[in-house]
Amino acid sequence: MDYILILIAAVFVNNIVLSQFLGICPFLGVSNKVSTSIGMSGAVLFVMTLATLVTYLIHQFVLVPSGLEYLRTISFILVIASLVQMVEIILKKVSPPLYQALGVFLPLITTNCAVLGGAILALGLEGGSLLKAVFFAISNSIGFALALIVFASIREQLELANIPKAMQGVPINLLVAGLLSLAFLGFAGLV
Amino acid sequence: MAEQINQKENFLKGIIKDNPVFVMLLGMCPTLGVTSSAFNGLGMGIATLFVLVMSNIVVSLIKSQIPSKVRIPAFIIIIASFVTIVEMVLEAYIPFLFEQLGIFIPLIVVNCLILGRAEAFASKNNTISSIIDGLGMGLGFTLALTILGATREILGNGSIFDFKFLSDNASTLILFILPPGAFIALAYLTVLFNKTTSSKTN
Repeated sequence: MDYILILIAAVFVNNIVLSQFLGICPFLGVSNKVSTSIGMSGAVLFVMTLATLVTYLIHQFVLVPSGLEYLRTISFILVIASLVQMVEIILKKVSPPLYQALGVFLPLITTNCAVLGGAILALGLEGGSLLKAVFFAISNSIGFALALIVFASIREQLELANIPKAMQGVPINLLVAGLLSLAFLGFAGLV
Repeated sequence: MAEQINQKENFLKGIIKDNPVFVMLLGMCPTLGVTSSAFNGLGMGIATLFVLVMSNIVVSLIKSQIPSKVRIPAFIIIIASFVTIVEMVLEAYIPFLFEQLGIFIPLIVVNCLILGRAEAFASKNNTISSIIDGLGMGLGFTLALTILGATREILGNGSIFDFKFLSDNASTLILFILPPGAFIALAYLTVLFNKTTSSKTN
C-alpha cells in the first residue's frame, strides 16, 4: 500500500515538474517534439534510478557513519556527473541502439535538477529504505515523463495556432505549463 | 576610458539586455519554485548572486590551470563548494529562510546560470571583468526573482515583503501563491518585459 501511495503522490499530486518545479530546463527545452520528449524521459528514468540508488547508499554508508553530511551536495553532484559519463561510455559499448536513442540527452542530464533534487528528496522519505528510495525515483521519472510528453503534445498543436506576437515563444509555453499545472492541482488531496 | 565604458556595459547587460530570467531563461527551477513571496525571491537571488560572483572569481583565477577536458567537473566542484558554504551560513544565521528555500539551496549547484557564466565568461576573461559580469548577472537574477515574488505575493496574498495592505478577510487570487501561478505570472511578466524593452530599442 505504501508503494502505491508513493507512486500516486509522485506522479499526480506532487508532480516533480508541475508542482515541485524540478527539471524545468529540459521541460521547456526539449519539449517541442513528442519523439524527443520520449527519448529524454527514457534517459531521465535511467539516470535518476541509478543516481538515487548510488547516492542513497553513499549517504547511508559513507556520509552518515563518518559525520560528513554537510558534504552531501558536493558528493551527490560528483556522483551524478560521473555516473552520467559512465552510463554514456557503457551504453556506447554495450547497446549502440539504446545509445543512439538516449545519447544526445545524457550530457544534458547532469544539470537536470530533477536528478539531484530527486536524490535529495529520496533521503527524506518517511520510513525510508533503499527499495523505497529507488521506487520513489522511478515514480518521479514517470511523473516527469507524463508531464513532458503531455506538454510536448500540446506544443505540437500550438505550432498551428495563431498566437499574438507578444505571446509567441516563451510566454505561451509558460502559460500552457501553468494551465497544465492547474489541471494537476486538481489531484491535490488525493493522497 | 574605453575600458570604463566596456565595464559599464558588461555590468548592465545582465540586468536588461541579457537578463538571465526574462531573456535567457536560465535558472528556471528556483525562479518558479521559491518566488511565492518577495522575500523568498530576494533571499534566493542574493544566495545565487554570492555563489555566482565567488565562482566567477575562482574560475577566472585558475582558468589556465584547468585542463580543458575536465573543466566542467572542475567548475561544478568549485560551485558546489560555495553552495555548501551558503547552505551552512543560511542554516546557522537565517534558519527561517533556510526552511523556506528548502531543497532549492543545494540545487543552486545545478543552476545553469552559474555554470553558464563560468563556461561562457569567467573561463575566458580576467578577474575584474568576471566579478562585474557576476554582479550584473546576479543582480539581474535577483531583480527578476524579487519582481516575480512581489507580483505573486501582491496578487495572491495581498501583501508585499510580509506587509499586508488588505484586511485579513479580503479575498485574494490564491492561485498566484500556488504552483500554477508561478508559470502564469512569469508568462505575463515576460510579455511585459519584451514589450518594454523592444519599444525602447525601436
